[in-house]
Amino acid sequence: MQDELSKKEVETPEGVERTRDEKVFLPAVDIIETKNDIVIISDIPGCDENSVDITLEKNILTIHCKIYKNNISDKRFVLNEYEVGDYQRVFTLSNEVDRDKIQAKVKDGVLKVILPKLEQVKSRKINVTSE
Amino acid sequence: MLVPFERFFDPFVTMRPFLRKRGEFPRRRVEFPPYNVWLSDDGAVITTELPGVSPENIDITVASKTLTITGSRENEEVQNGDSYHRRERWYGNFKKSIELPFIIDVQKVSALFNRGILKIELHRVEEEKPRKINIKSE
Repeated sequence: MQDELSKKEVETPEGVERTRDEKVFLPAVDIIETKNDIVIISDIPGCDENSVDITLEKNILTIHCKIYKNNISDKRFVLNEYEVGDYQRVFTLSNEVDRDKIQAKVKDGVLKVILPKLEQVKSRKINVTSE
Repeated sequence: MLVPFERFFDPFVTMRPFLRKRGEFPRRRVEFPPYNVWLSDDGAVITTELPGVSPENIDITVASKTLTITGSRENEEVQNGDSYHRRERWYGNFKKSIELPFIIDVQKVSALFNRGILKIELHRVEEEKPRKINIKSE
């Protein structure tokens, strides 16, 4: 159970390095489909609305969060149970999302991205008639 | 679980920041929630990541050398007909104690919850602080 809770790093192809000497983690997400929306909820402790970047390019939604570093320089670091770094996660969106109406909110280190479904997708009910 | 006093002086803990730089961070089991701890002669700072936990749901208690954090995080509210595509985030109750190498001054504990990170500052009781002793010559 603990291993599931510990942070997982974003994988990079072999031989490829980041320019910034920072670790990047995959944030845990819950994705819930409701009647009208698809909601992505993500744990990004250490980030706020100014440090989260959400980009949508074609059908690829990228969430990138930069963390604010803790400055505790006058003390010795003695116990390190978790690592600190940026967060990044990429999702491919289906065509049923209304791209112009995507909303995102951050509160207490939790990001909520609301992807509304397109009107025509919502009302795709097929009436069956008898012959 | 109480974190043993000795861990503060564990050479492997001291080495860890260096190992980490080289990507050799040793994996080990840590009780939830994980703590990061800084120490000085004056006291200690403890941080832990508790995203989405409201401050009213966090309890911090201090007794002698031990700090205990208890709390809980609710599951996302789901309406009838909603479905989970993925479910990776944790929820439920947690409780974790840590023993510090000094007696904590109960009057001076301060806690700050910001961006999902809890930061607790603890101070040594005045009588326990290291004191400089002047040497007199006769």
